[in-house]
Amino acid sequence: MTTITRLTDLLRDILDDDDVTLTPETSARDVPGWDSLANVRFMLAVEGEFGLRLAAAEVARLDSVGDLVALIDSRG
Amino acid sequence: MADLHVDLAWLPPAPDTIRDQIKALAGDPDWARSARAIAGHGLGEATLARLGKAIAARLAGGADAAPLLPFRLGLVGNGTLDLLAPPLVATFARHGFALQVIAADYDQAMPEALNPAGRINAARPDAVLVAVDHHGLPIGPPVPGDAAAADGQVADALAYFDRLRTGFAAAGATVIVATIAAPVESLAGSLDRVLAGTRRNVIDRINLGLADRARDGALLLLDVAALAETIGLARWHDPTLWNIAKLQFPTQMVPIWADHVARLVAASRGRSRRALVLDLDNTLWGGVIGDDGVDGIAIGEGDATGEAFLEVQRLALGLRKRGVVLAVSSKNTDAVARTPFTDHPDMALRLDDFALFQANWSDKGTNITTIAAELALGLESFVFLDDNPAERALVRRTLPDVAVPELPADPALYARTLAAAGYFEMAAFSPEDTARAEMYAMNARRAALRTQVTDMAAYLASLDMAIGFAPFDAIGRARIAQLINKSNQFNLTTRRYTDAQVEAMANDPAVFTCQVRLTDSFGDNGMISVIICRDTGVATWEIDSWLMSCRVLGRGVERAVLAEICHHARAAGITELRGRYIPSAKNAMVAGHYAGLGFAPAGDSDGETLWTRSVDAPIEMPPMRVTRSFGEPT
Repeated sequence: MTTITRLTDLLRDILDDDDVTLTPETSARDVPGWDSLANVRFMLAVEGEFGLRLAAAEVARLDSVGDLVALIDSRG
Repeated sequence: MADLHVDLAWLPPAPDTIRDQIKALAGDPDWARSARAIAGHGLGEATLARLGKAIAARLAGGADAAPLLPFRLGLVGNGTLDLLAPPLVATFARHGFALQVIAADYDQAMPEALNPAGRINAARPDAVLVAVDHHGLPIGPPVPGDAAAADGQVADALAYFDRLRTGFAAAGATVIVATIAAPVESLAGSLDRVLAGTRRNVIDRINLGLADRARDGALLLLDVAALAETIGLARWHDPTLWNIAKLQFPTQMVPIWADHVARLVAASRGRSRRALVLDLDNTLWGGVIGDDGVDGIAIGEGDATGEAFLEVQRLALGLRKRGVVLAVSSKNTDAVARTPFTDHPDMALRLDDFALFQANWSDKGTNITTIAAELALGLESFVFLDDNPAERALVRRTLPDVAVPELPADPALYARTLAAAGYFEMAAFSPEDTARAEMYAMNARRAALRTQVTDMAAYLASLDMAIGFAPFDAIGRARIAQLINKSNQFNLTTRRYTDAQVEAMANDPAVFTCQVRLTDSFGDNGMISVIICRDTGVATWEIDSWLMSCRVLGRGVERAVLAEICHHARAAGITELRGRYIPSAKNAMVAGHYAGLGFAPAGDSDGETLWTRSVDAPIEMPPMRVTRSFGEPT
């Protein structure tokens, strides 16, 4: 599975919504329900899924799903 | 690598279809049973939350929750509690409850407690969970070195919990209070525990005060402090998450936290497990007693493997002293299986410790059903511990009410895994608990096992077995010789041959040799059987050796092997097979081997029995694919 597919599965679980579709251009404000608390859960789930640790500053710099994919893949 | 506690590693991992299974609950007439089965996997926080929401939707729609027991839990505390509700619902389903959570608004614990018409009290919950962490203690900043102020902080905190308790108890709820996990940041290092007024010192004393109240029956204690220490305080407390989201602990910790809540409630409702059924070989000792003998098994101090298994025995013994009933279910000859308990000096467990001792060759689902009937305990009271994944899968499939923990590869972690699963949680302790196991041991008579079959056929088909036959060859020679010289139990003649003899037989046209391998859905079992037949010159093959690993007993391998022998015999112009059983101290289990395969008795002498069978008689093949690699003799 590609990184973005795994991210989509995680976010669908967290938002309890299987209609969520992510592209590299997607940002949190494009997705209904992706609020700050959901984002915390999402980042924690990402850490667990990919076995890495994200600093708050790194998370704060992310503008889009594409940025997150790049960050994750840079740690791979 | 999975973390035992955080990832609930004693539960089987979730299958890939888990999301579809959760979705299917919406239209499932037997949804409550399905939900419990789904919740029986080691689910992460997000999946658990989805399952909890699906369950809540069915309950909100008025669906019948049976066989789940309805339970209403009020949830109060500090910080963000909303996230905890859906995972709690899913986790309670794992423990047999249809949970409804009534969560207080942010930091509204005391107003809810004091208002009989508030959201929590008006909902008449069965229990209220007070989940306050160190941020939520109403005690002000630390007062290091000020003993009087420290006493005041402890008293204030306990008075706070007492007022909460009184308010919710007045509305008829059982009150559950979480202990406080001490923060990581110290003021004086090791002296923190000593010096009055540090956080660690004050929290230690608050927790002891809560424990006193639990002992008096005023409340149920949820020991979050112990859980956080088990996980690691530095992992439990995440300052970033507290700052940005007011999470008491990271979401990864929600599954284990929720399981601790659910097991405590289950215990308070008499729904903990009461009996532990133990396998023997490679579960209570290292090695196979039937092959290795009392001198050859690994148990006891002085050897890393032996100590690992000793820890399992000590844990079982400790549970027995606490009132858990112990029983054995082992694929073994009864007399052989008992010898370590009677003859090995380093065993912690003795025969007296077991209420029932089932060593036989029946499938374990049938055995556990018999044990449950003999003890008059429901299957939902049972835990089954076995190192063999195939046995675990069989019991899970045939007896879904029995808890069957997954075990890691390293036996040193068996005891810890069993303990981490929390099957035997207690909400209170009474002297009768100590006496209970004794009572069962005295009352239970040893069960004569009926050889009834649960749904063996379906189970065998599900194993997706593939059996492979080949003549003896150079690659397999070492393992062939090892099996010939080590197999004691499933061994018809116990004839031992050297490497050189094995090689000679492989090249002898008057000898038919066969090595057998078996793979199944759990992996490759490797070489599991060896057969040697000798041509007697009168259109008859005598089966010189037939032996098999006990690990694949009950799979129908014997019938597939017989069919293979007949196939080659017919090709060689043979019309009849002759079998011989030579009794030894350890091979009683195969005394009926030839009779079971349709051989006719053909005489006996000195305890040996002879059997014959036409190579054309029909054979009922077990559900397995057959591959055959017999080229020219090598």
